[in-house]
Amino acid sequence: MSKYQDVMNKKSLIMKNALRLDYDKFENEGIGFDYEMMMSDSGYTLDDVFNIQQSFSVGHTPLIELNHLTSYARKFAREGYGARIFIKDEAQNISGSFKARRAAMAIHQAKKLGFKGVIAATSGNYGAAVAALAAKVGLKCIIVQECFDSKGVGQPEIIEKARACEAYGAEVVQLSVGPELFYEFLNLLEETQYFNASLYSPYGIMGIETLGAEIAEECLLKYGKYPEMVICTNAGGGNLTGTARGLIKHGAHKTKIVAASVDLSGLHMASDHDFNKKSFTTGHTGFGIPFTTFPDRSDVPRSAGRPLRYLDEYVLVNQGSVFYVTEALAILEGMERGPAGNTALAAAFSIAKTLKEDDIIVVQETEYTGAGKHMNAQISFAKENGIDILFGNPLDEIPGKNIIFPKSGKDLVHKTLDLMDLRLSYLKRYKDTVLTENDFAYLSQELKTDVKHIKKWMEDINETKK
Amino acid sequence: MIPKGTYVEIEKIVLFPDERASHIPLDTKKLPLVMRIKGFLSEDSLEGQEVNILTVTKRLEKGKLVAVKPFYSHTFGHFVDEVMEVRLHILKEMEDYHE
Repeated sequence: MSKYQDVMNKKSLIMKNALRLDYDKFENEGIGFDYEMMMSDSGYTLDDVFNIQQSFSVGHTPLIELNHLTSYARKFAREGYGARIFIKDEAQNISGSFKARRAAMAIHQAKKLGFKGVIAATSGNYGAAVAALAAKVGLKCIIVQECFDSKGVGQPEIIEKARACEAYGAEVVQLSVGPELFYEFLNLLEETQYFNASLYSPYGIMGIETLGAEIAEECLLKYGKYPEMVICTNAGGGNLTGTARGLIKHGAHKTKIVAASVDLSGLHMASDHDFNKKSFTTGHTGFGIPFTTFPDRSDVPRSAGRPLRYLDEYVLVNQGSVFYVTEALAILEGMERGPAGNTALAAAFSIAKTLKEDDIIVVQETEYTGAGKHMNAQISFAKENGIDILFGNPLDEIPGKNIIFPKSGKDLVHKTLDLMDLRLSYLKRYKDTVLTENDFAYLSQELKTDVKHIKKWMEDINETKK
Repeated sequence: MIPKGTYVEIEKIVLFPDERASHIPLDTKKLPLVMRIKGFLSEDSLEGQEVNILTVTKRLEKGKLVAVKPFYSHTFGHFVDEVMEVRLHILKEMEDYHE
């Protein structure tokens, strides 16, 4: 047996030790598991989560109304249209992003269980968040990143995140392109016996519920209603899941939950050649679509991030539009923030034009910016990698070939994905499985769709197979 | 000679091409999975040599010494004309707010 396979075969045992969470007890017979039982197993209430985050000085970030950006969108909307755009300035969290909320819970749990250190597999802001909070409580920390291509060239954004992790005293393990990062991650967990600070554990997701609850609370108190829409930049699905759960826990059942990703269709995420052709290392379709249609591809047996249970709409924006709105946020609102976190903002700018002017849209995050993870750094890097920078219709952008800026705020438009396609893609995994009534009930929760429809879709899938 | 205790960066092959996962694109599969990691040299060494280091979490790692006293040099990139153009577009469309 190859050493790769040897380590992968030990996956569940390593995971169990590294989280001290026995996922087996949540499993149902058949394909499903008890999601709510898993989420409540830790015993932490929403108030407990608030208190734990408070102890790390995390959360309670300002919700800022973007008056000028709203006025800008209204210039291109019909009379009476152009919703009010708000943004939750999560960049003000310790370590500069909402990921501190997730890290606070993971670090709290690791400390409580007596682990000496934590490990997280992430090329994103989560690394800095885990490193910062580990530093705060005196835990050792290792961050495993996918960072550079075969020419040894690192993505500037990921290099900056490595720097941030090291600034907080973490050890950073940088790898070349490939999903076997997970193999090295397992090796390290086994060697060190550290805690797996997974983004996808129940702790990682409950940490974001406070974000949703804060939005609900503030809107209700200040504006007398829950927001009509909350837009989440979507990659692994945890951000959206936690935010939606927090909104629902507060009572905002009618708020529409929208996922927004940067459209990187055509670029293969595991391709060495494509690695440095993209200007976004997160918040894009390369993570967003596969994690939405198969959440359990993550680094834990059952992911707590399950976006199809919550989302009402999934929209895509191109790289050029996100850069455009990042520039607008800086010069119209005085907020210089990282581009990837502004994915949902680009979608909000486009969608606002179609909603009534009294409606409230909340963009639920911002992230810090700096060398490497600044829009100018990314666009400059794209040029060096032969990407054409053009002006025109953003929907004509070809990821890996060009970046197309809208010529006007009028041209900044989004594209809507058919949720039906995502649900079908989720279901296709079960085309060769004999499904019981219990399985259908589980799928009904997973896909927020009634059993009758799911049975019909499964019939259609099996019909096509014949 | 680089003295023992110097902060360095090493590179090592984690998986050779024939050891990699089966489900990855061909361009990636023909390459090794490479790791880079930093730490303190365990003994006096020369650049390019196989060396041992002690990482900040006190783990031992072994690999080829590729950088001595590694530092970050990432930047905000070069001046990009198109970014200035975007800025001017936005300001023009919002000029009634900037009187």
